[in-house]
Formats: sequence, C-alpha cells, structure tokens
Amino acid sequence: MGIIRTALASRPVRALTSPHHPDHYLERLHPLATAESVRARVVGVRRETGDASTVELRANGAWTGFKPGQHVQFGVEVDGTRKVRVFSVSSSAAGKGRRFTVSVKAHPDGYVSQFLHHDLKPGTIVYLSQAEGEFVLPDQVPDDLLLISGGSGITPVMSMVRTLTERRHTGHITFLHYARSRDDEMFTDELDALRSLNVDVVRIYTRQPAPRAELKGRFHIDHLKHLGIDPTETLTYVCGPAGLIATVRDTYAEIGASDQLRMEYFKVPSVDLDAADATGTLSFDTSSTEAPNSGATILEQAEAAGLTPEFGCRMGVCNTCAVKKLSGAVRHVVSGEVCANTDETIKICVQVPVGDVAVAL
Amino acid sequence: MSKSHPRTSGAIRHRVHDRVYDASNHNQAPAPLVSPDTDKRATVGLSYMTYEQFDEFGNELDEIRQRVLDDLGQADANYIRRVIRVQQASEVLGRIAVFAGVFNLWVLAAGAILLGFSKILENMEIGHNVMHGQYDWMNDPMIDGHRYEWDNVAPAQDWKHGHNFIHHTYTNIHGKDRDIGYGLLRIDEDQPWYPNHRFNLPLAFLLMLFFEWGVMYHGLELDDYLSGGSSKEEFGSRTARAKRKARRQVLKDYVAYPAIALLAIPFVGWWAPLAVIGANFVANVIRNIWAFLIIFCGHFPAEVETFLEEDAENENRGQWYLRQLMGSANISGSLPFHILSGNLSHQIEHHLFPDIPARRYPAISKDVKVLVEKYGLKYNTGRLSKQLLSVAHQLAKFGKKPADPYKQGKSPESKALRRAKREAKEKALQDAA
Repeated sequence: MGIIRTALASRPVRALTSPHHPDHYLERLHPLATAESVRARVVGVRRETGDASTVELRANGAWTGFKPGQHVQFGVEVDGTRKVRVFSVSSSAAGKGRRFTVSVKAHPDGYVSQFLHHDLKPGTIVYLSQAEGEFVLPDQVPDDLLLISGGSGITPVMSMVRTLTERRHTGHITFLHYARSRDDEMFTDELDALRSLNVDVVRIYTRQPAPRAELKGRFHIDHLKHLGIDPTETLTYVCGPAGLIATVRDTYAEIGASDQLRMEYFKVPSVDLDAADATGTLSFDTSSTEAPNSGATILEQAEAAGLTPEFGCRMGVCNTCAVKKLSGAVRHVVSGEVCANTDETIKICVQVPVGDVAVAL
Repeated sequence: MSKSHPRTSGAIRHRVHDRVYDASNHNQAPAPLVSPDTDKRATVGLSYMTYEQFDEFGNELDEIRQRVLDDLGQADANYIRRVIRVQQASEVLGRIAVFAGVFNLWVLAAGAILLGFSKILENMEIGHNVMHGQYDWMNDPMIDGHRYEWDNVAPAQDWKHGHNFIHHTYTNIHGKDRDIGYGLLRIDEDQPWYPNHRFNLPLAFLLMLFFEWGVMYHGLELDDYLSGGSSKEEFGSRTARAKRKARRQVLKDYVAYPAIALLAIPFVGWWAPLAVIGANFVANVIRNIWAFLIIFCGHFPAEVETFLEEDAENENRGQWYLRQLMGSANISGSLPFHILSGNLSHQIEHHLFPDIPARRYPAISKDVKVLVEKYGLKYNTGRLSKQLLSVAHQLAKFGKKPADPYKQGKSPESKALRRAKREAKEKALQDAA
C-alpha cells in the first residue's frame, strides 16, 4: 500500500469518518479509490479452451501481492448482487506490478465461472480479497521439485512454474499434468514451449492418450518410477480433483513420503437440488465442526451441534441470525427458493442445507 | 457470535429438544409466544376474520413478499447507492460549510442544516433500512445488515436486538414490545398509570431533543436487567458497547472536527472551535427531532391497536401479519418526504415486510390496500400534522390519572391482579411440565 492509502486508512482519518470505514466514502468517489478494499479492473479475457478462460486483472493499490499457488475471492456484480467465487492466480509472481491473471474452468452450473467465460468485458471492475492460501512455494525453493496437477487444478501450479522459470530457477522441475484430452487442456501452447527449458513437462491425457505417450492412465507410482523421481526426497505439490489427490496422498503415505507432499483440493460441493431427503455435510467454519445434514434449519443444526448462534424471532423477520454462507446451496423453508451463491448472507432460522454447506459459525 | 438472550433462550432450547421445530410449517408463532397449552389458539383479530381466512390472508401477503423479492435487482442497488452518494455529499459539504462558517454565521447555519439533513438520511433511509437486512441480497460488505454501524450513539448490535427482534416480532404486545411508550411515557390505555406519567408531554419534548441518547439508553434494557431478565455480564457488555460507541461519536463531532477549527483561531478568534461544536450539536438535534416525530407517528396515533400477550399466544402467520397491520400507522406525503422518513411513512408495509428494501413500500401499499378492502380492515394513514396532533392528544389524555383503580400501577387492586396473573401463569407452566 502506498503512503496515501496508508494515511487514508489511518486512525485519525477513521476517527473523522466513524462509524464508517474511509472506504465507504472513497468507493463513492471511484470504485478503485479504496484504501483497504482490494478491487481490480479487468484488462482482458482470454479463452484457454472451450470452457476455460484466463482473466487478466490490474489491482488497485490496496493489493499486497500474492505468492505462487495462492487464490483470491473474486466478486462480480450481476443485477445488483455481488457473486463471489474463489479462483487461483495463474500468473507469475516474479514481476513487481499489480497485474496478474486468474484462470477459471467454467462449471456447467457455475454462475460466476460461466459469466466470466461468456460475458466478462475488459474495463469491468471486480471485487477481490487479498491473496489467500497456504499452498505456496517455500521461501527457499529446493533444487528438485515435482508438481502434479489434474484438470483445472493446473492453475496454481502454472503460477508456480511461471514464477520459477521467470526467476531462472536452476534446479530440475518435473511437471506432471493429467487432463482428459489435449483439447481439454489449458495453456497448451505454453506447455509445449516449456519443454525446452529445465522444466520436464509430462502430460498425460487420460481419455484420448497421445499416440506415442510414454505414460498412460491415471496417476500411479510407476509414473514417478518411470520419470526417475524419488518421492521421499522430492518436494511435491499436487492440486486437482479429490480423486487424484487421494491417490497421490495414499501413494506417498505408503512409501513414507507424506512430509514431502503439499496438497490443494479443488472442491466442488455436491449440490443436489431435488433431494427431498437430507444429504451432505453441514460445516461450521469458524468453530471447525461439522455434522451430517439432518434436514432441519441451519440454526437448529448449529444448536444441535452444541453451538450458540445469535438468533431472534426464528421466523425470518428480524435478521439477528444472519451469517455468511461460505459455500453450498440452501433452501428457504417458506418460499422454497434455492440459493447457491458463495459468500452470501443468509438467515439461518429459515434456511435448510441442500447438500454440502459451509457457514461462518 | 454467541450473544444469547436468556429471557427467551430457555424456552426455545426446551422447544428444540422437546420436539422437532418444524420450520417448514412456517404457520406458527415465534417461539416465546407459544402457550404451554398447545391446543390454545390466538384470539388476535378474530373480529375481522376466521382462522381459515387468516391462513388465506397470510398466504396472500407471503405471495406479495415473494413477488417483490423476486424482482429485486440493479435498480434497487443503484437506488441505495445514489442515496448514500447524496448523503455523503451533503455530509462533506455540510462539514466544509461549518468550517467556513467561522467567517460567516449564515454559512455556519447552512452547514448545520446540511449536516443535519445528512444525518437524517444516514440514520433513516440508509442505517435503519440497511440494519434490517434490506440490502443483504446485494452481498456488499459496506451495506450489510450485520456489519453496518450507523451515525448515532446507539450501538447497532443492541439497537437491532431491541428493534428488529423485540419490537418487530412482538409489535404492540403489552409486556413484550418495549417500544410502547419506551418505558417512559404512557401512550395506551392498557399501560398501567404511574405518577411520572403526569409529565408525559414535557418528557416527550425532552426525549425529542435528545432522541439518539434515548435510543441508546433504551438499548441498554436496564429494566430487563433489574427484573432479572438478563445477567450482569450481558448488561455489562451492553453498557460497554454503548460507552464505546458514544465515545466515538462524541470524539468525532465534538473533539476531532472542532480540533481542525483550531487552525482558524488566528483569523477569527478563540471561539472558532466552539462554533464548530455548536453547529454539530445543532445538526444532531435536527436529526433527533425529525427521527422522533416520524417514529412517534408510527405506532402511537389514536386508532392504532395494541394487543395482550394471552391473546397473541399461538398466533398463526396471518394473525402475525394482522397484528403488524393494525399496530402501525402511515404518514402521507411527497416522495422527498418519504425518503427523508426512511420510508417509515409506510410503517404498515415496513412492519409487514421489514426486510424488503423500503423504496418498494409505496408500490406494495397498493396491494396491501386491496387486502384491507377485501377483509374489511383498517388502514391507518394521514398527514404528518394530523398524526402528530393525535399522538400529542394521546400523550395528554393518558398522562392523566385514570379513575379505574385497575389502570393505576400502584393501586392495591392492580397489584392483586398482577399477582393473580403471575400465579396463574406459573401454575399453567407447572401443569404443562
């Protein structure tokens, strides 16, 4: 943050704008003029595949940068409502500027990812968080590194690879990527070009294998043996669907290499809109507890789990019980309306979970 | 996230573990108004319609609600942001004019009025409505009902408990809704009369001048603490929050901004900071008077109905709606008047749908009036002057000592009646257990 932004968010200024944050005033001047709220302007949108795109952003001065492997909460305003999803940063962290990219694979039901893929225009202002996440490269990167990704899990790994090559990492990097087919793969041209550097890029197409592919099928320990990698001595990052991560985790546990493994789930919560019977898990994020969805309202389920959330009328009037729903879908008990937005405020006394739901309780 | 309300939480926990609270059947009373006698049905509004009609009435209002909710979108978001922009512009201009006012008293007066206008907008059309959660669907953290704090000495958290929960759920029920006379005035026949009510009118006048402090004091719920309703810790944290908030507000208006005016002392004289203090004080009082006038017209005009707890126990959704409708009064006026009142001039619509953006109330009122006509209900509305006169008349009338000893709080008769009611209730609870 620059000196002007630091001053605008300082205590004396806050005393003058109290009870509001200075950003409450600054954002009315210009949405990017905020001192602490991270915002960015969309510089460009690039199609990667038929259903994946990369969004190039230029953040305002509130942005404090990212480490390769981190993600941001990404909010777009559509018809008055800010819809927020979490996307991985895919660009290199080597540069100093405030430009970076996020890459997103559009889910068939994903409102925001579809919007990004089809409707997002350069010039649009988006609402971000600071970069978050522990799935990052260490400050001292060891010489040998194994990066494994599956499907759209390539995005944070791509940021790592780009950063390392741009910083002229001297060690040997093996990048093992699993995709369904070459058409389904993001960053194909760049991955082709990477072969010439000291990065060993191995791509395995699980559904349409390349004609002369040295490796085939899903992840297996033999893949590592073939590449001459000793997992017990190679720091390994894996990001992708839950199935891939489970296999890698079990493999590493079997040979006693778990301490070399860093994992990031690309979790897509199960949303079963027609389910009459309660399914899924209700997670209380703040208190780190979870319980199988019983079909009762979230307030009742929280109380049954031993939590004491605030509440008032218990009939959806007073808003006392409103909390952030972090992910998943909920159904209103009166109107039957289903809401599946990430990071939206709900009244837990009149909402029941539909499938997996996480709330800030 | 662990604030609890002991007065009600005991009853609710009991319910939760006793039987499954079937929230999908929304057609039931809020938890604490459930009678130990489960077969009992509420008698609220039976002179207007039957239980079957109440179900239909409730469904019709639920449909209106859903129709508006489905239609919320960009226009509503643009509206509230435009109001915030006007409010902030008038605040900044007002503050600047107050500083410039040390050179010219007319400019000082204009600054105070502009700042008062800005505080009115902030408290009523923005603060009150945002804190009801009317704009939570926008998912904008700056206008989120749970995070918003308003430009008023009353802390948002305690105001929301007293207002959104207590007042909006138990509207106009004696012994439940603490907003009937605010524990200070006698405004309804069914309130017991005490000698301090002789000063109804002068007390109301003082409350008008210092309304924000009254709202803060009301949120402390001292009476609730003294009667054993909340613990010492809870009362302590309410007091601490109020002190912290009042300190910030006082620091801003009476220390920080006046301190900037110290720079003007060499040019105009030692009194420059005092002029800023005075103008800010006037701005706060302007807001206090306006808020008081609008809010007192919401529930206190003569024809507004109040209810007894025993009549409202086990009420259904239609009866809950009816209680909101008959317990509120509107004020007619122009569009700027409605905005300045935070659309509380549509108090009836606000009480039916407290979490729908207030700019929708004028349109909703047309649908409500159709239902009022259909079921032969009353729709209390009138000009500000008419409603204010009615309120003043009520204050004067109910300030006088009533002849009926049962209406006097301290008479042996009403003491005996209260004791008998208490014992009957305890007995009913024991029987139910």
